[in-house]
Amino acid sequence: MKILVCVKQILDPEIPPRDFQVDPQCLEAVRGSASLVTNIFCENALEMALQLREQCGGEITAISFGSNSAEDSLRKALALKVDAACLVLNDLTPHPASSVVARVLAAGIRKLGEFDLILVGRESGDWGAGQTGGLLAEELHFPAVSFVDGISVEGDSITLQRQTDSGIETVTAKTPLLATITNNDQNVPRIPKTRDIMKSGRKPMTTWSLADLGLSANDLVGTTEIVDLYIPEKQTNCEYIDGDTINDKIDAFAKRIEDVIRTL
Amino acid sequence: MINIVSCLLPLFEFDRATEGLLGESQRLAKALGGSHVVVIAGHAEDSKVSAVAEYADRLIVAEHSDLTSYQPELCLSVLRSVCASLQPHAILLGSDTYSQELTPRLAHRLGGCSAGDIQSLAVVQDSIHATRPAYGGKAVAVLDMKTSPAVVWVRDRSMEVAVAGEPAKIERLQVEAENINTTKIVDRRSEESSGQRLEDASIIVSGGRGLDGPDSFEDLRQLAVTMGAEVGASRAACDSGWITHSHQVGQTGKKVAPQLYLAVAISGASQHMMGVSDAKIIAAINTDPDAPIFKHCQFGIVEDYKQIIGPLQEKLASSLS
Repeated sequence: MKILVCVKQILDPEIPPRDFQVDPQCLEAVRGSASLVTNIFCENALEMALQLREQCGGEITAISFGSNSAEDSLRKALALKVDAACLVLNDLTPHPASSVVARVLAAGIRKLGEFDLILVGRESGDWGAGQTGGLLAEELHFPAVSFVDGISVEGDSITLQRQTDSGIETVTAKTPLLATITNNDQNVPRIPKTRDIMKSGRKPMTTWSLADLGLSANDLVGTTEIVDLYIPEKQTNCEYIDGDTINDKIDAFAKRIEDVIRTL
Repeated sequence: MINIVSCLLPLFEFDRATEGLLGESQRLAKALGGSHVVVIAGHAEDSKVSAVAEYADRLIVAEHSDLTSYQPELCLSVLRSVCASLQPHAILLGSDTYSQELTPRLAHRLGGCSAGDIQSLAVVQDSIHATRPAYGGKAVAVLDMKTSPAVVWVRDRSMEVAVAGEPAKIERLQVEAENINTTKIVDRRSEESSGQRLEDASIIVSGGRGLDGPDSFEDLRQLAVTMGAEVGASRAACDSGWITHSHQVGQTGKKVAPQLYLAVAISGASQHMMGVSDAKIIAAINTDPDAPIFKHCQFGIVEDYKQIIGPLQEKLASSLS
């Protein structure tokens, strides 16, 4: 089984709102002192690929489209012992639309070779668009299954478990297939060993520019464009329920809740 | 002819979500001076088809013998076929997981553009602008949907409902589909054996990391029963194993839209608040008056939840009975 995992490096989504600022000119978040991390759903995808390889063998390739710093996310994947890593350097467009990301990844994947299974995080913790997986499937003419949190393989038959609104679904499929990955208790990312982190720095990594992929300027025009980005004003003024005793406070709080429930 | 399409999937419910979806499509069609075309993919009950007709200028039921329940590749192929003939400016889908997975793929097949989690759509100098949260709800982004059709899934439950009018004639269409057997949903089982889906709950009592552990969720459950509520949880509480992930509310969990959301010992991290941004009233119990949750609250109480939950449940039990 040849597995490919797409990995995205993002601004740490855990930075508190008070430290969060946007740059109104570039229409993106100000990095400030925040660190760059691998998107959590990409880490879940990577974890699932590692588990699959343990069960049925095969090879894992990690690919990322990003700036030079995205190498760190790929080095971390190498520390977790993926077999190969490929960085497509984004030297042209600061925050590419999902359509551009999908086109670039598809070009990179075609150049890397053939894959049986492609895993993509269901969305990213920065823009959270959730479009790249589906678009990539279409670029590559792969069937796709979304919100997957369990995969088992037998020959070229794949059985997937996924989370939907109404519960859990089982989906059967054949390779090649693309799956977007969501989190559950079973795909919590493992931590690389210190020794493997040290070694990952010396492992080979393929680095391509957009020109290496034969992409023209026209290919890099997105189908959507961000025209505004702002921090929403919070209008809410919380009324802190007060009282002489805790019992008074609970009474007042219960009354407020009761009033809301009675309107339903 | 300007067409704005609402897509409804096999076995859809005519619920608040569908009403919101139809409403947003109606408003967009009006803003563009076009028609609102509802496309129902696959099997639907006659009563629901008739209910939808009152909100559509045109109503197409796209039938395929295998589309008795949702299958991703088949549904995609059927929708592509119908939508291609309509040449719509925009295609709106709901916030359910099936619609979410179809959105980018349908857009790509029709040569259009896609976006999700859309809070509102507007027409700005003949182009469609879509507003959505970004950076885990810390920011709001506006996208220019540059290529037609704009295919989007919307926050249907929080959108204004559609206005009924003269019912549209029901057009039934047999649709051919291609490449449809590559994946197959072979089993569906619901996670919660009892209770309502969190997404549909009108009251939610939710617990966070500030709770004492799994036993605290038992207390929350009792309070929830008294209030007629469902139980939610923050990611931290789920990750700690205190409650299953099916209860998780937030960016990486469920997006809920209750009339009342009571957050107990939840700090209010932005990724959590993203899941409750459609809640009408948020109330909180937290020991820290500076916890971010209070910035989203209509009312709150600064106390240790352990002092509150028991007496609160008793008081509500007697007053609501």
